[in-house]
Amino acid sequence: MMNGVTQVQDSPPRPAPLVETAPLLEMRGISQIFPGVKALDQVDIKLYPGQVTALIGENGAGKSTLVKILTGIYRPNEGEILVDGQPVVFSAAQAAIDAGVTAIHQETVLFDDLTVAENIFIGHAPRTRFGMIDWSAINKRSRDLLRALESDIDPTIRLRDLSIAQRHLVAIARALSVEARIVIMDEPTAALSRKEIDDLFRIIEGLKRQGKAILFISHKFDEVYEIAENFVVFRDGRAVGHGKLRDTSQHEIVRLMVGRDVKDVFPKTKVEIGAPVLQVQGFSHPTEFHNISFELRRGEILGIYGLIGAGRSELCQALFGVTRPSGGTLTLEGRPLQISSSGDAIRAGIVYVPEERGRHGLALPMPIFQNMSLPSLSRTSRGGFLKAANELALSRRYAERLDLRAAALSVPVGTLSGGNQQKVVIGKWLATQPKVIILDEPTKGIDIGSKAAVHGFISELASEGLSIIMVSSELPEILGMSDRVMVMREGLIAGMFGREQATAETLVRAATGNA
Amino acid sequence: MKKLLRNRESLLVMIIAIMIAGFATRAPGFAAPGNLANIFNDTSILIILALGQMTVILTKSIDLSVAANLAFTGMAVAMTNAAYPDVPLALLIVMAIGIGAFLGAINGYLIWALQIPPIVVTLGTLTIYRGMAFVLSGGGWVNAHQMTQSFLNAPRLPVLGLPILSWVAIIIVVGAWFVMTRLPFGRAAYASGGNPTAAVYAGIDTGKTRFFAFMLSGALAGLCGYLWVSRYAVAYVDVAIGFELDTVAACVIGGISIAGGVGSVAGALLGALFLGIIKNALPVIGISPFAQMAISGVVIVLAVVFNARAERKVGRIILRDRAAPEVSP
Repeated sequence: MMNGVTQVQDSPPRPAPLVETAPLLEMRGISQIFPGVKALDQVDIKLYPGQVTALIGENGAGKSTLVKILTGIYRPNEGEILVDGQPVVFSAAQAAIDAGVTAIHQETVLFDDLTVAENIFIGHAPRTRFGMIDWSAINKRSRDLLRALESDIDPTIRLRDLSIAQRHLVAIARALSVEARIVIMDEPTAALSRKEIDDLFRIIEGLKRQGKAILFISHKFDEVYEIAENFVVFRDGRAVGHGKLRDTSQHEIVRLMVGRDVKDVFPKTKVEIGAPVLQVQGFSHPTEFHNISFELRRGEILGIYGLIGAGRSELCQALFGVTRPSGGTLTLEGRPLQISSSGDAIRAGIVYVPEERGRHGLALPMPIFQNMSLPSLSRTSRGGFLKAANELALSRRYAERLDLRAAALSVPVGTLSGGNQQKVVIGKWLATQPKVIILDEPTKGIDIGSKAAVHGFISELASEGLSIIMVSSELPEILGMSDRVMVMREGLIAGMFGREQATAETLVRAATGNA
Repeated sequence: MKKLLRNRESLLVMIIAIMIAGFATRAPGFAAPGNLANIFNDTSILIILALGQMTVILTKSIDLSVAANLAFTGMAVAMTNAAYPDVPLALLIVMAIGIGAFLGAINGYLIWALQIPPIVVTLGTLTIYRGMAFVLSGGGWVNAHQMTQSFLNAPRLPVLGLPILSWVAIIIVVGAWFVMTRLPFGRAAYASGGNPTAAVYAGIDTGKTRFFAFMLSGALAGLCGYLWVSRYAVAYVDVAIGFELDTVAACVIGGISIAGGVGSVAGALLGALFLGIIKNALPVIGISPFAQMAISGVVIVLAVVFNARAERKVGRIILRDRAAPEVSP
């Protein structure tokens, strides 16, 4: 099907009873190109009625893009989609719904202040003869749908008053109410407890019996093996393997997911690891993480790996003083450290480069140099007065070092490209001359070429004696860059691995909880 | 000052110049320096209030209580002056600024500590402050004959050809420019409005910044309380009613983004002058008082439309920035 790509044998050893059916939905040669990034590259997928197909891949592999194409939010640049063998074009979200495709998102996109029934039928409410909304029909049909899902949620209560698991049920009921034949579930178990997951799986079994085709997106291998028949593995926007789960080992899937020879892709230069700089003791948060202890040495890169929701970003935000921990102590260079605001952290020499540069990183209407100098104003000012000349000099220094491309340092940051905005964010934090720099998904959403540049730069910082904490969901990046890897799962440390012990498999196992 | 006159501001200067030229063809003498100085003097209070409003709007907030603050403070100093004519004027002015700053600080505190949206807080305090003016005065008036001569005359005294009122506005324009461009507080205000989360990450206390912005706005409103009462030689409960909307309009016309983070002192000044010129010109060129309000309104809406179009450029970039990370999650 594709050239130069690992293929998993499609032929099962035993005759499979269901495979002979024609695919309900087929995607052929789908490509999606964004400026500077090819999010999907010639992807083929088939979904069969009455079967669950698991879509597996790291963050950034193109799974969400695929979901957006299937739900009519993005229009692919190449390729075609067939439903029942007939080509279709999803020109808008409604077209996808009309074709029988519906998605249940990771964070349910529902309305908190509407009732359960209104949420289920919004957009396609049954009408009375006079064109008014038929409330009794809405409530009755909602109750029936929920009962089919073995739930007795009252359709007239507000969604706000439900638990997260119950909201998922409402989302599923909504999917069923449009008589969808193809159901996409984007990490539906991320927020659920084990019991709720069992309930969800019973519902999925019911959907299978009704002949619906299900695309199930999950990071968790145990769940995938439990519920799905087929799998597709995505890596860097390409479908690198597909087949029957029955015939494929977990090891094989991890190998497909990560690719080979990862350590050679992101080489970290050898750096002399020095004395401990930061010691974290028993750091806890009421809901996000518990009893986290580790130390960070001079020149060291500590990678933090884990699934989304494992508490990695929250831990880093607590170290930086934006989130308040409920307990634990910090020691910086042997001295105890109290951090109650980001200002304290910056003064102490700890900085955090956030994951979402747009939301956390930059004030887009402000000039480049004012963004860069913002955390360093106490150093560039004289006697309590701002000194634009000092701010410009500071910005020029880091703009040169990072090879920032801009017409002038006085133009608004909003006029720069994404890659250059990222450079402003990094420059802004380096300008504070930190001892510890925390990078949250430093290469998320940037193309391969820029990634190499960012990795080279991180290596360089380590060799200058900075201590670095790098949160990443990309295994090659974690494996290639880190001196040590801390794996987090459900807010706890699930393992600490030295560079030699860390392999794709050990990390994935620790992160997913599969011993 | 030249550096401040970037595209948008110089455009406003041009529009104002064209307006003045246009009005001069209909009403000879409109463009005479003396008349223009009069218009500036007449607009001084709006300029001062608009600068306070600008500081607040830059932090992604709004202060609807400025006119009520002005009314209460004006009543308080007028009554003090009437009851104790011996209290020196300087003390009364300090008192006006102090009361105004205190009322502004109440706004700021409610927004900072209790996290109530600014529009709700100031809508509430708008009513409270005006109600307090009513309670204080019992609904009565303080008239010119009850005020001392120095109280009434100080803003009118000419210095170097301009009344003191105009000089006060000029000093505050320069002061605001200094605060917004040369003090860390100014930068913090821009950052808090431009991207509050990024500001927090950069170690800026956005709540505190907002608090000081409201206090500054309140202090200027208090000062204007005295200036207003003295200029119009009367204090009553309904003084400057609805004037808060003029200050917001001046900011919007001057290119201060209601979304926060964008705007300049020159913009607020020009926005206020724009309104002042229209208000002064319409009666002179013989437009009926009934149409004047409607015309002012149309002009304000046009300015907002103009502003929104200019802002859309920034909006597009934000969207592109959002789309990029979506490629990979």
